[in-house]
Amino acid sequence: MSENNRETGTLRVKTGFAEMLKGGVIMDVVTAEQAKIAEDAGAVAVMALERVPADIRVAGGVARMADPTKVTEIIKAVTIPVMAKCRIGHFVEAQVLESLGADYIDESEVLTPADEQYHVNKWGFTVPFVCGCRNLGEALRRIAEGAAMVRTKGEPGTGNVVEAVRHMRTVSDEIAWVAGLRDEQLFDAAKQLGATYDLVKWVHDNGKLPVVNFSAGGIATPADAALMMQLGCDGVFVGSGIFKSGDPEKRARAIVEATTHYENAEIIADVSRDLGEAMVGINIPDIPEAQRMQERGW
Amino acid sequence: MRIGVLALQGAFREHILALEAIGASAVAVRLPAQLDGCDGLIIPGGESTAIAKLMDRHGFYESVQGRCREGMAVWGTCAGAILIAKRISDGLPGQRSLGLLDIQVRRNAYGRQSDSFEAGLEVKGLDEPFQGIFIRAPWIESVGEGVRVLAEHDGRIVAVRSASMMATTFHPELTRDLRLHRYFVSDLCSRSRLDGA
Repeated sequence: MSENNRETGTLRVKTGFAEMLKGGVIMDVVTAEQAKIAEDAGAVAVMALERVPADIRVAGGVARMADPTKVTEIIKAVTIPVMAKCRIGHFVEAQVLESLGADYIDESEVLTPADEQYHVNKWGFTVPFVCGCRNLGEALRRIAEGAAMVRTKGEPGTGNVVEAVRHMRTVSDEIAWVAGLRDEQLFDAAKQLGATYDLVKWVHDNGKLPVVNFSAGGIATPADAALMMQLGCDGVFVGSGIFKSGDPEKRARAIVEATTHYENAEIIADVSRDLGEAMVGINIPDIPEAQRMQERGW
Repeated sequence: MRIGVLALQGAFREHILALEAIGASAVAVRLPAQLDGCDGLIIPGGESTAIAKLMDRHGFYESVQGRCREGMAVWGTCAGAILIAKRISDGLPGQRSLGLLDIQVRRNAYGRQSDSFEAGLEVKGLDEPFQGIFIRAPWIESVGEGVRVLAEHDGRIVAVRSASMMATTFHPELTRDLRLHRYFVSDLCSRSRLDGA
């Protein structure tokens, strides 16, 4: 929109905001008090939720957008950006979150999908969107729909980093593959990836994704965060890992520090000392396939 | 010319690429010792509260202030402008700033992300307009003695400089326009090198 000599909701304003979050930690919070703890620890943003993914797993049933009262409380409690999740394809939940003043909307597989074929058409919104991906094709499909930021999915609520690593490595390997192709091979690559030719060509020419990519789903320790940063992500989401641990304040600060100094093993060692109990964690083969959140999204 | 870019959090890579594109030697600064030998320092956009906490944990406040007394120039963009300001309106209780530039800034002055915008700006010293990208931006409410206003938008101050300090509330590093990076390096960093010598 253009008024008063200013244009809001431009692609550059949406992707640029994600650039400002880089090197940072975005923390899941379910109360205003937790949001303040996250801000004090140095989070670059918080994700306002009804329940963290670990509790969504336990509760079962249908997981939906948080109560607007909760989102508003959290927005009022902190000065850092507040993100919120809508269900995949649930564009009305997205409209509601935009009207509440959420700074970013996560169209998230952590919630129960509302549409098994279509994601939200994100171009129609002023507020930017972040979406999950497990591979390059999925990332580019979301970007084609208007996502201004992506995150590799991992397996949320497990405290197990193995799926986050798998997805990050897959995206990086596929970018390297596309970058190494000859021009005439890109049309077939687009078909194989299920992505538009223009975006595949962009990745080929630039050797990277056109938007910021964070890592999510299973990060529970400072070393986990640094691992994902060394594997090439731009920042991390920590969901259940902080507020399901023994000493959230200390662990939150430690993960922030390790994300900044991800190549400095002495600092990572130092902040990893005496953090108390980490969240228990789940092994992926112990989760029935139907309950694996990463499979949601098309 | 050696220019440091504070690389604790935010859009530091874009500043490094812009500096390299104009032929300056850019160094990512994660620890205070890396400030040694820098003629200038850019504090990038990002989340000012997060950057402030990371600075505090490694003693950056004292070392940046010390290097500035020796003549190092500093440019703060967006969050960086907040961090170098003498006074912050609507900051967190106890939010520290470097106090390097006599300005008062207001955080998140335009509102939330949906109010973030782009606009063409007339900047003093540049012939053609500069496209300003404002992301949850602050604005500058007042400036003290010795601080010159370089640009305004809708009656709000968005770019200023003093002898060796510069602040912009928008993000030149998100455009391909290198004019403000050139301006900082040639007009502020070179001068500080002469003054400091």
